[in-house]
Amino acid sequence: MKNLRSLNNPYRDDKVFEGCAIFALLNQAGRNVSGEPVFRAISNMRNRGNGLGGGFAIYGIYPEYAEHYALQVMFDDPLAREEVESYLKGRFEVADEEEVPTRKTQAVDHPPQVFRYFLSPRAGWMDDVTEDERVIRAVMDINTGIKDAFVFSSGKNMGVFKGVGHPETIAEYFRLDEYRGYLWTAHSRFPTNSRAWWGGAHPFSILDWTVIHNGEISSYGINRRYLEMHGYACTLETDTEVLAYIVDLLARRQRLPMSLVTKIMAPPLWEEIERMKEPERSELIKLRQIYSSLLVNGPFACVIAHHGEMIGLNDRIRLRPMTAGIGGENLYISSEEASIRLVCPELDEFWSPQGGDPIVGRVKPESPEIFEPARPEVSDEDRAGLKAGGRV
Amino acid sequence: MKSYLPPEFIVERREDRCIRCLTCVRQCGFETHVYDAEENSLLSREELCVGCLRCVTLCPTRALTVRTNPSESRPNANWTREHLRDVCRQAESGGVILTGSGNDKPIRSYWDHLFLNASQVTNPSIDPLREPMELRTYLGRKPDALEPGEGRARESECPNVRIETPLLFSAMSFGAISLQAMQSLARAASEYGTLFNTGEGGLPAELVDYGKVAIVQCASGRFGVNWEYLNNSAIVEIKIGQGAKPGIGGHLPGEKVLAKVAETRMIPVGTDALSPAPQHDIYSIEDLSMLIYALKEATSYRKPISVKIAAVHNAAAIASGMVRAGADMIVIDGIRGGTGAAPKLIRDHVGIPIELALAAVDTRLREEGIRNWASLVAAGGFRSAADVIKAIALGADAVYLGTAALVAMGCTICQKCYTGICNWGICTNRPELAKRLNPDVAARRLVNLLRGWSLDIKEILGGMGVNAIESLRGNRLQLRGVGLEEWELRVLGVKGAGE
Repeated sequence: MKNLRSLNNPYRDDKVFEGCAIFALLNQAGRNVSGEPVFRAISNMRNRGNGLGGGFAIYGIYPEYAEHYALQVMFDDPLAREEVESYLKGRFEVADEEEVPTRKTQAVDHPPQVFRYFLSPRAGWMDDVTEDERVIRAVMDINTGIKDAFVFSSGKNMGVFKGVGHPETIAEYFRLDEYRGYLWTAHSRFPTNSRAWWGGAHPFSILDWTVIHNGEISSYGINRRYLEMHGYACTLETDTEVLAYIVDLLARRQRLPMSLVTKIMAPPLWEEIERMKEPERSELIKLRQIYSSLLVNGPFACVIAHHGEMIGLNDRIRLRPMTAGIGGENLYISSEEASIRLVCPELDEFWSPQGGDPIVGRVKPESPEIFEPARPEVSDEDRAGLKAGGRV
Repeated sequence: MKSYLPPEFIVERREDRCIRCLTCVRQCGFETHVYDAEENSLLSREELCVGCLRCVTLCPTRALTVRTNPSESRPNANWTREHLRDVCRQAESGGVILTGSGNDKPIRSYWDHLFLNASQVTNPSIDPLREPMELRTYLGRKPDALEPGEGRARESECPNVRIETPLLFSAMSFGAISLQAMQSLARAASEYGTLFNTGEGGLPAELVDYGKVAIVQCASGRFGVNWEYLNNSAIVEIKIGQGAKPGIGGHLPGEKVLAKVAETRMIPVGTDALSPAPQHDIYSIEDLSMLIYALKEATSYRKPISVKIAAVHNAAAIASGMVRAGADMIVIDGIRGGTGAAPKLIRDHVGIPIELALAAVDTRLREEGIRNWASLVAAGGFRSAADVIKAIALGADAVYLGTAALVAMGCTICQKCYTGICNWGICTNRPELAKRLNPDVAARRLVNLLRGWSLDIKEILGGMGVNAIESLRGNRLQLRGVGLEEWELRVLGVKGAGE
């Protein structure tokens, strides 16, 4: 069993402390586009990162395997690959597998191997739970149980590419110029530690959910304990991981709409709620009562994405920069306005939202290339988090 | 039998200042001061002095000083002055030594070994004078999740009570404290947006208007419990135990059961009010569940039902059972909790510190995935907002203030609550003493205390870079221990400082 903490948080700090730049592009028509503007935009904010982490999530990249879970797994040791492959082959049909193509890049130092597998769960393994649950189990098993292996991403028709280096270096290394997707998120990292691990770069991902994040979550201690009560093991000890799990719990398992999820993470102040009309007022009171431990407090700006949707969210008193713009079919979210202007000088709309006001970008329903994963039924037990916790 | 007990205190009177106004004579309910009119002199019967400082505070010329008696027998680290005194008292009385207030032994205060965090560089601190800082808290059961589809939870099953600060007034019963003191607590709670607790003595007729800010107790004596009492409340609390006297009941002597107390408790005037040690309909966890649901039925499921226990060795397992039995709020009262009367031996030796019990209970409820089924309230000797903040970081939703509230009203913790004499008019029902407490003034002092501590909490929250109390609640990463052993850190669930 490996200790992810020693990889990601070698000094055992309360959490990984870091600053950073975020940038995201959504083609609202659902057309797959080149990531070239994303690379330029994120490298324009080079001073917000320090070269110890860069990464991208791209949606719509594997249309030929759109029905398969695309597991992108990193290996620090070829032996780990054998172990992972034998684990996967016992539980999944593997439709295809390959090493993620890379190009020799001087600035990249000792890269791990990254492979991708297109999978569908086999009958006979954990048949009593949904396919999503089975994939989550496999991700958790690999991440915590198999030495020198770590799953970058596990959603359908999407992938996460990340590593130690400036984001443009990582893009060059993974040949991301050769991919086309309708939704791109990018992250440049400034960790306070000198040691960095490829798995610790953003985006963090579970199924097709990805999160990039700039900030520090001061409520991390209680957010984490609440999630642990619902069966999530926060193995990486980073606050970004917590964001991904909050969204997974609320949006996927409890099937709350994203409009409520963002209200739980960054709720209005009580004095604002008191001024609201019914039934909104009562609904928000109820949300804050039930989910008080999931209020995400402290400075943050993040972009949470899944197929067809991207949400930019600030903490409720807006302690980290985040701006948005729409130019043509594209919605942009960025830490800095200059990066958006760089790639799209003529914007149709441009705004900096108030704290807690989400930027919601959705692919228009008629768009052709969008893959909408089916939302399987979730049992009451699962919704309450009891099954994952496995304790009650 | 001549007593061998030396006076605990000595009274010094500066003759050059004393104007023979006799305030001290009138003020001392223990009759320490005696005026000799023939000689125009004042004498002090020091063996009667309890050290409450009423005379010192009210003497208009500051002629009086009360000090601990400096006379000492041969020093002995084992046979302390207190041990000698107690042996002597029992040799003379043949009885159990009674006392009042909370444990006065130097039990390790874990609060003093826990230190709080603040923001530096990687996140900004927030100035509570410029930015909103939210302390609002809801007490009661919370559903596991918002009901799917409907967009709202089954509210009827989860009644919640709003408080504007995580500070509640502890259970102190009418009979133990004066009507004036209870009225002061009720008025302060109402004004500041929090709750007071009736204790087990019922709600006096004069205070029925304060029902909506009352936590009403249903204890082993069932004093004052009827349909109106249960329904004229914010929360109903089943009292199983008390931190100052785990495992034993209560005894309000018949001489304290005057007409008003008798009426409120629904017992005849002059009879002893005995609270049995156990609730005689609760001999097991399933019995507790039956009482919880009986009270829920009686209140039409509109009130959270709280269960209060003393912090004892297996508090975590017991609390988990209480939550499963249907409790919407659980109260853990630690070994430093106060009392109106308790055997000294029990007060000082039975139970465990609230810090450890609170941490253990919060951890257990989370491990079992049921923490949101009940609010968790800590009680027992909170001395400052710092103690409160640390309790919230360990996992408490709110804390009960008993002794601190009494001190705000004038109490000096002389520990003579069990005598029925209280020179400050708080813990007495003798009309001439009780009338000394002016509810207008006492309520103002209590509101000021709530406000001062709330501001303290906001300052600390802002320093940590969070603007809502729920971001601190259970957030043990905001705590670090100093001078604690490995097992203590483990139970508290906190890292050592520098880790």
